Amino acid sequence: MATILENHSADPMMPVPFRVQRLRQDTYDTFTLELQPANGVRKFAFAAGQFNMLYVFGVGEVPISISGDPAKPQTLVHTTRAVGVVTKAMRKLQRGGMVGVRGPFGTHWPVAEALGSDVVIVAGGIGLAPLRPALYALLARREKYGKVVLLYGARTPEDILYRRELERWRARLDLEVYVTVDRAAGNWRGNVGVVTTLIPKAPFDPRSAVAMVCGPEIMMRFTMLELQKRGVATENIFLSMERNMKCAVGFCGHCQFGPAFICKDGPVFRYDQIKELFAKREI
Amino acid sequence: METLEPILAEHPFLQGLEPRHLHLIVGCASNVRFEAGQFLCREGEEADQFYIIRHGKVAVEIFGAQKGPITIQTIGEGEILGWSWLIPPYHWHFDARAVELTRAIALDGKCLRTKCENDHDLGYELLKRFSHVMEQRLEATRLQLLDVYGNNS
Ligand SMILES: Cc1cc2nc3c(=O)[nH]c(=O)nc-3n(C[C@H](O)[C@H](O)[C@H](O)COP(=O)(O)OP(=O)(O)OC[C@H]3O[C@@H](n4cnc5c(N)ncnc54)[C@H](O)[C@@H]3O)c2cc1C
Ligand code: FES
Repeated sequence: MATILENHSADPMMPVPFRVQRLRQDTYDTFTLELQPANGVRKFAFAAGQFNMLYVFGVGEVPISISGDPAKPQTLVHTTRAVGVVTKAMRKLQRGGMVGVRGPFGTHWPVAEALGSDVVIVAGGIGLAPLRPALYALLARREKYGKVVLLYGARTPEDILYRRELERWRARLDLEVYVTVDRAAGNWRGNVGVVTTLIPKAPFDPRSAVAMVCGPEIMMRFTMLELQKRGVATENIFLSMERNMKCAVGFCGHCQFGPAFICKDGPVFRYDQIKELFAKREI
Repeated sequence: METLEPILAEHPFLQGLEPRHLHLIVGCASNVRFEAGQFLCREGEEADQFYIIRHGKVAVEIFGAQKGPITIQTIGEGEILGWSWLIPPYHWHFDARAVELTRAIALDGKCLRTKCENDHDLGYELLKRFSHVMEQRLEATRLQLLDVYGNNS
């Protein structure tokens, strides 16, 4: 369910100007923008898993998930990997620079629905960014959940996102954090291997666990298989999908995924509801 | 004397094995321990053992002339290191180095090969289990090769 919240532009197609308050380089190709509204709006309420359309003026607009804390709506946080025209232009922004924001759009992670259950979060690459708000929300009410496990896979140690935060999370006794990379030079002392190899050994109860998964589609395909092998029910698995977007409100059809539109029926889907589509190669 | 039989029987890799087969295997088993940095095997050396990891972590490495050692996989508790003992010419294809203190059970490959030749049921059982490990490794390697988190995704 798409939610257009108060304090935002009444017209969902009209970007609201935000100013770059801070730009942090996370890895060599990934950066985090902290934005503050330029028009006096003080809050940007959103649910974990939702995304915004970010407009770099004169260049173009791209969908980017919100990676900040839903309990801190005063600052809007986005973590982006520079891959093409718009995201590379975005990386060149400086403090005080302007971005247009439309949103928040899309469905969210089932943070409330998972109350009382074990939660396993499986993230691949930049996929950790859309899951970070879910982690913040889970940790804010930590006592209401069973085990909370984060399994994170990156390409190399240099690609690991939110390093310091991961270390802080790892130090907590109430959160299990496992990080693995696809390959590493000799001085890396952590795990090497794809993220799916962490699933069979992770400490959660598959009968009750709710799984939240985000990463490249192929990584999610293999993750689905491993989670099911472990015994997690398909109706307890949620994943966030990506497609090219234009309108983000279900008009243009750019993001069509079978009968669904990723922008308004997703990006977060319950796996059993898209299982058939997910198995098809070109949709 | 206490034998390794109960430990082997509980290990995921050997679970469900017939007691007579377990008994045969235990005759080829010994307890080993590696300090961080110590090598369990070296590429090109004769592969006369495989390891059942009990605790710790082992990095499987290949050595690139320019790049130095590159870890392509880590193996930990409950996992198996090595199948070269099963496939001629029985030479290790990788280096394997303990990343931290690692305790394992070493199985003597030559001893096991002879037992498998004499008892094909045992050989078949082991082969099934090793094929499963190999299949998982192959799957994981394919995914690694796809470089899914990189720009090519
Ligand atoms: C709902 C949703 C949420 C998203 N959240 C995030 C997020 O939080 N952070 C983030 O960095 N990205 C996110 N993305 C992806 C992001 O929208 C794209 O990376 C972006 O649109 C690329 O735009 P561009 O103009 O920079 O690249 P383009 O010029 O459109 O593309 C340049 C090249 O990059 C390739 N490319 C495009 N997108 C990707 C991608 N995602 N991964 C790898 N290669 C790609 C293209 O195939 C092309 O070859 C999200 C996408 C969706 C649909
Ligand atoms: S982006 Fe236009 S329909 Fe989804």
